[in-house]
Amino acid sequence: MRYALTACCVAAAVLAGTAPGVAHHGNATFDTGKKLVLEGAVTEWVWSNPHCFLKFDVKEQDGTVRNWTVETSNPPDMVNRGWSRRSFKAGDRVTVTLEPVKNGSPVGRVLEVMLPDGRVLSARGGGAAPAAGREGAPR
Amino acid sequence: MTRAGLTAAIVSTVAAIAFTQEPVVRVPGAVYDSDVPNEKPGPAPRRDLSGIWEPARGPGDAIGAQGAKNYPDTGRPAHQLPFTPAGLQANRANKPAWGPRAVASALSNDPQPTCEPQGWPRIILHNYRTAQIVQTPKQVLVLYQFNRKWRNIWTDGRPLPKMDDVLEPRFWGYSVGRWQDDYTFVAETVGLDERTWLDNVGRPHSFDLRVEERYVRRDATHIEVTITIDDPTYYSKPWVALDRLPLRFQPDTFDIREMECSPSEFARYTKEFAEPAAGIPTTDPR
Repeated sequence: MRYALTACCVAAAVLAGTAPGVAHHGNATFDTGKKLVLEGAVTEWVWSNPHCFLKFDVKEQDGTVRNWTVETSNPPDMVNRGWSRRSFKAGDRVTVTLEPVKNGSPVGRVLEVMLPDGRVLSARGGGAAPAAGREGAPR
Repeated sequence: MTRAGLTAAIVSTVAAIAFTQEPVVRVPGAVYDSDVPNEKPGPAPRRDLSGIWEPARGPGDAIGAQGAKNYPDTGRPAHQLPFTPAGLQANRANKPAWGPRAVASALSNDPQPTCEPQGWPRIILHNYRTAQIVQTPKQVLVLYQFNRKWRNIWTDGRPLPKMDDVLEPRFWGYSVGRWQDDYTFVAETVGLDERTWLDNVGRPHSFDLRVEERYVRRDATHIEVTITIDDPTYYSKPWVALDRLPLRFQPDTFDIREMECSPSEFARYTKEFAEPAAGIPTTDPR
């Protein structure tokens, strides 16, 4: 296997076009509906607009290390979801569930991150665009 | 195993399993209608829009990633805009990162990634988040969370300038408003810089654009906002981009979080995320 995964890659079913709006800067590049679960060590947590992003090293089976960059939504949305600038520090072991891009680059968007103590930070919900069909949600 | 093989082997789509939407995480301190289903709001105050307002159905109700809320770019006939030939041509020249015409964000010509002003009315057709409205004797000021921008609407009785009298294009235009009755405030804006997009999927406008924004104070805790686009150069008839969007009155202690557009942060995001995501060589460090 290309990636040294301690957790297995899993299938997801995300209804086409209804992926939670984790990102608002383009949907075309993501392999919507697919999930990767990668374990690695945080190299940097970048708290910034338009989106925050987490960089972490994943050790592959051949021993080489690949640095992944995965985005979340913007800072105010992430605060609403319980994240902060202090969520990660370099060296933290994390298990990241992500939606990768289609072209194979080590980039994607975060669905959730499990911290070393087992707590899970979800990147979904909150201040993003509601899924299709929910626009008429009851007031 | 090749990466493609790996991908095929371990990643699949299980269409039968519905995606479970995460519960909406709320803005701490915010009040939404879903919290108060049996609420009986008090009467609307006269000629008063002042206060801090959030989309009443939840913080994401008016985030228009796919375009103007009333006309998302779905490709469906119901959402086709009445483009003139010139409007259609201008629309084709815009390369959005969202909608059916989406390109990878690093290949888009959306002015946003360089933190160019999004202008009026894109700021709310794209990202209508918290807004604070302040009334002074001669103006209505609207302060937007998104990109931390503000607009002023003159209410001192001056007329809206005629197009030919507008001396300078403005990203935010020139706005004049009046109370149509005690509960309906209507503002019009002209003189808008045609470099801005109307929404997140690249709907264009010409300098002839005239935007009507209508606020109806329904009761003590709600206003409804309607935005109408009138641009005869690019659209053969006016269209309603935002239709009676309900906003919810918030406590005056509500803290509006900062949401700035920082060019250096955006440049780093583009270099380290958007460009690899698009599969194009990264640019020189900016």
